[in-house]
Amino acid sequence: MAEETAEKTPIEIVTESEHNKNFHGPELTGEIDTPAVEDGLIIKGVTDDVKPYPASESMQAELGFPETLVDNWEDVAVQRLGELLERYKSLQVYLDICVRCGTCTDKCQFYLGSNDPNNMPVARAELLRQVYKRYFTTEGKVFGKLAGARKLDLKLLGDWYAYFHQCSQCRRCSVFCPYGIDTAEISMAAREIMDSIGLGQKYVNSILGKLHEVGNNLGMNPKALKATLESTEEDLEEETGQKIRLPLDVEGAEVLLVTPSADFFAEPHVESLLGYAKVFHQAGISWTLSSTASEAGNFGMFIGSYTQMQKAASRIRRAIEELKPRRLIVGECGHAWRIAYSFWNTLIGPFDMLDPQYPAPQHICEYTLDLVGRGAIKLDKSANDEFTVTFHDSCNVARGAAMGDEPGGQFEIPRALIRASCNKYVEMDKDTIKEKTFCCGGGGGLLTDEIMQIRVQGAMPRMQALHTVMEEDGVNFMALICAICKAQFTKILPKYDVPMSVAGGVHQLVGRAIELGAKA
Amino acid sequence: MDGLTFVYSLLFYIVINIFFIGLLLKFWKYVSTPAPLKIPQTPAPKTATGVGVRMFQEVVFFKSLFRGNRLIWLGGYIMHLGLLFVFMKHLRFFFPGTPAFVDTLVDIDLYTGFIFLSALIFLFILRLAIDRTFYVSVFNDYLLLGLLIAIATTGLLARFWDYSGTRAMIPDIKAFVGGLFTFNPGPVPSNKPFMVHFILVMMLLAYFPFSKLVHSIGIFFSPTRNQIDNTRKKRWGPWTVKNPRRSKPKEPVAVQPSFAVKEEPSDS
Ligand code: HEM
Ligand code: SF4
Ligand code: SF4
Ligand code: SF4
Repeated sequence: MAEETAEKTPIEIVTESEHNKNFHGPELTGEIDTPAVEDGLIIKGVTDDVKPYPASESMQAELGFPETLVDNWEDVAVQRLGELLERYKSLQVYLDICVRCGTCTDKCQFYLGSNDPNNMPVARAELLRQVYKRYFTTEGKVFGKLAGARKLDLKLLGDWYAYFHQCSQCRRCSVFCPYGIDTAEISMAAREIMDSIGLGQKYVNSILGKLHEVGNNLGMNPKALKATLESTEEDLEEETGQKIRLPLDVEGAEVLLVTPSADFFAEPHVESLLGYAKVFHQAGISWTLSSTASEAGNFGMFIGSYTQMQKAASRIRRAIEELKPRRLIVGECGHAWRIAYSFWNTLIGPFDMLDPQYPAPQHICEYTLDLVGRGAIKLDKSANDEFTVTFHDSCNVARGAAMGDEPGGQFEIPRALIRASCNKYVEMDKDTIKEKTFCCGGGGGLLTDEIMQIRVQGAMPRMQALHTVMEEDGVNFMALICAICKAQFTKILPKYDVPMSVAGGVHQLVGRAIELGAKA
Repeated sequence: MDGLTFVYSLLFYIVINIFFIGLLLKFWKYVSTPAPLKIPQTPAPKTATGVGVRMFQEVVFFKSLFRGNRLIWLGGYIMHLGLLFVFMKHLRFFFPGTPAFVDTLVDIDLYTGFIFLSALIFLFILRLAIDRTFYVSVFNDYLLLGLLIAIATTGLLARFWDYSGTRAMIPDIKAFVGGLFTFNPGPVPSNKPFMVHFILVMMLLAYFPFSKLVHSIGIFFSPTRNQIDNTRKKRWGPWTVKNPRRSKPKEPVAVQPSFAVKEEPSDS
C-alpha cells in the first residue's frame, strides 16, 4: 500500500467498513427479481463491508459486556456458543438439521436487494454453523472443511459482524423452511456471542443503555416527557377544540398504555399517539402513560440476550405495580408487540394483578376495533377520502405474535380497523403480505444510518410491491403498526423517489376518522 | 461361520450400536435442552391438537416446503416416499415370516426402487443446477446423496441383474440378515451387488446420527413448529432446567450471566 498504515487492532479489522449514507435505491419496476449467477448478479461479498459502528467501551460496560474485543476471543466465543447450545433448543436443533435444500435462499429481502449470497438465510446461518461443526460435532472433526467446518478467525468474525447485522430477524425464511428453521434465532445467538467477546453494535447497545438508565430508547427523562406531552395536549386542543388528555403517571387509571417512545415526538409516529388519545377520550376510559415504562420497544431481543430483555421488560412490571391499572395495552410497535405478546408473561408475568377479563397485554388495534364493533366509538370513513390505503404487515407482528383469539388475527384485526376508517383500501401482492410479508429493511437493530445501503436494499421487495399498487390503484398511504417501520420508511421512501408522506400509522387513520363528541 | 460372514456380522453389530446409541443421544439432547421462550412461527395453532395437525402436515406432506419451492418439494417428496416404500419392502428380510402387507407391497410394486433412485438423481442435479443451492452446498451434501444413489443402484442390481428379477435371493438374504437379528447369521450371500449394498448401508447407518439426517427426529423438536400459541392464556415457564448438561469452562474466561435458572415448577 502506498500510504503509511498504522497497524490495525483486531477490532478495527473486524469492524472496518464502508459507509454510504447516500445510497439510492434502484428504479422501481414492480418486479421482485431473484438474483442469479447467469446475470452476473451474485457477487460474493458484495456487502461484506457494510457494517454498523461498534459500541464504545462505556456502552459495552454499561450492559456488563467486555469493553472491547478480549484477547482470547476465540475461546470465549466458542465457550459462549457451547452455553447457548445448552440453553436454546432452537439453536441446537437448527444448527443440526438444516439439509441445505435451498428453499429459503430466495426468501430474504436482504439477499433479493443486495445480491450478496451470504444474505441467503442458509448461507447466513452457515457462518455460525461452520463454527458449530468445527468445535462441537464429530462430523466436523472427522470431515473438516468437507462438512463445512471452519475455524473462527478474524476474517470469519468480520463476516459475522457484517452479515448478522444484515438480518432483521424477520423470520420470513422460517415460513418456507421444511423444518421451520428460524435464522433469526441464529443471528440472535451470533450477536449474543459477539457481545460476550466485546464486539457490540453501537446503535443497539447504546439504546439499550439509555433504556435501562432512563426508561426509554430516546433517553427522555420524565420531566422532558411531561413537557412534550403537555405541549402535544395543547396542539390537540387547538386542532379539535376538545380537552383530550395525554395523562402521565396517573395512579389507578383503567388502562396503562405502553408505547414506543418515538410516538411521543417523531413524525409520523405522533399522529398515532393522537389517535390513541382520541380513542380513549371518546370511549371515556381513564388511561395513563408511565414515565417508568415510557418505552414498549426492547432491543434486548435484537442481541439475543434473555437477561437484557428481561431487565428492560421489568420496568413495565414496575410501572404496573406503581400505577395499579386494570388493563395493559401496547401501542403500535412490531418487535415490541412480539415481546409483549409472546415473552412478557414469561419474563415479567404472571399478570395476576390485572383484570382477568381482558387479555394481558392487549394490542391497541384489538382494543380499538372492539370499541368500534360495540359502537362505543364512531368512525367517519370519509375523513380519509383523500387516501387510498394499503397495509404493510410488520414482520414481528405477522410471524412472531398474534392478535385476537383466532390464528391470523394479527392480519385481520388491523385490516378491519383500517377498513373501518377509510373508504379506499387496496391489498399489495399476495406474496408480500400476511405471513409472507417482507420486512421494511430496518428492523432487528438495523435502523442506523451508517448501514443505509443495506436498509435501502432490504426495503426493495416491499418498495416494488408498493410501487405496483401506487401505479395501478393510486395508493398514497401505507398504514403501519410499527415504530421502526415508520422510522425506516420515512427515511427510505425518498431513496426510491416516493414521497415520505405515504408512510403513516393505523391509528393516524383512526384519529382522523374518529367522530369526537358524538357520543353513541 | 466363514471369515467373510464373521467380518460382515461384526460390522453389523458395531454399526447398529452406533446408530441406535447415537440417535438416542441426539434425541435426549433435543428433549433435555430447554426452550426458554415461546417462539412459534405465527399464525400458529392455539391448541395442542392444532399443533399435532400442523406437525402432521409438515411430516406427511412437507407443507412449508411445498409453499417454498415446488421443484425441491417434488424431488424431496418422491425421494422420501420411495425411501419409505423401499424400507417397508426390506422388512421381509428382517423377520422370519413375512408380514402379509409387505408381501402385497412387493407384489404390486416393482418400480419404487427405480423411482427412489431417479428422485435422488434429480435432487443431485437440482443441487448443481440451482445456482443458489450450489452456492450453499458443501461436499458432504453430495457425499450423502451419492451414497444413497450408490445404495439404491446396488440394491436394484442385486435384485434385477444378478437374480434376473426373480425372488431367488430372498431365502439367502433372509438367512443372513434375518439371522443377524437372532444372532445366528447364515453365510453372506455371494451376490456381488448385495455385498457392496450391505457395506454401503452400514456406512449410511454409521454416519446417520452425526449427519444432517437427524432432521428426521429434529423436525419434531423445532420450536417454531411444535409450540402452541397461547402465551397470554398460559404462562410459559419460568423455565426450569431439569437436566443441565454443564460443560466445564476450559479457561477462566469472563462470560455474561445467562438467563436466570429458577428452580420452580414450570407452567404455573
Ligand atoms: C420423519 C422422517 C423424515 C422427514 C419428515 C423428512 C423430511 C425431509 C425434508 C422436508 C427434506 C427437505 C427436502 C429435500 O431436500 O428433499 C429432507 C431432505 C433429505 N432427507 Fe429427509 N426426512 C425424513 C427422514 C429421512 C430419512 C430416514 C432419510 C435417510 C436416508 C432422509 C434423507 C434425506 C436426505 C438425503 C435429504 C436431502 C436431500 C438433498 O440433499 O437434496 N430423510 N427430508
Ligand atoms: S430451507 Fe431450511 S433446511 Fe432448507 S436450506 Fe434453508 S434453512 Fe436449511
Ligand atoms: S430472519 Fe429475515 S432477515 Fe434474517 S435471514 Fe431470515 S429472511 Fe433474512
Ligand atoms: S421494523 Fe417492522 S417490518 Fe421491519 S423488522 Fe420490525 S416489525 Fe418487521
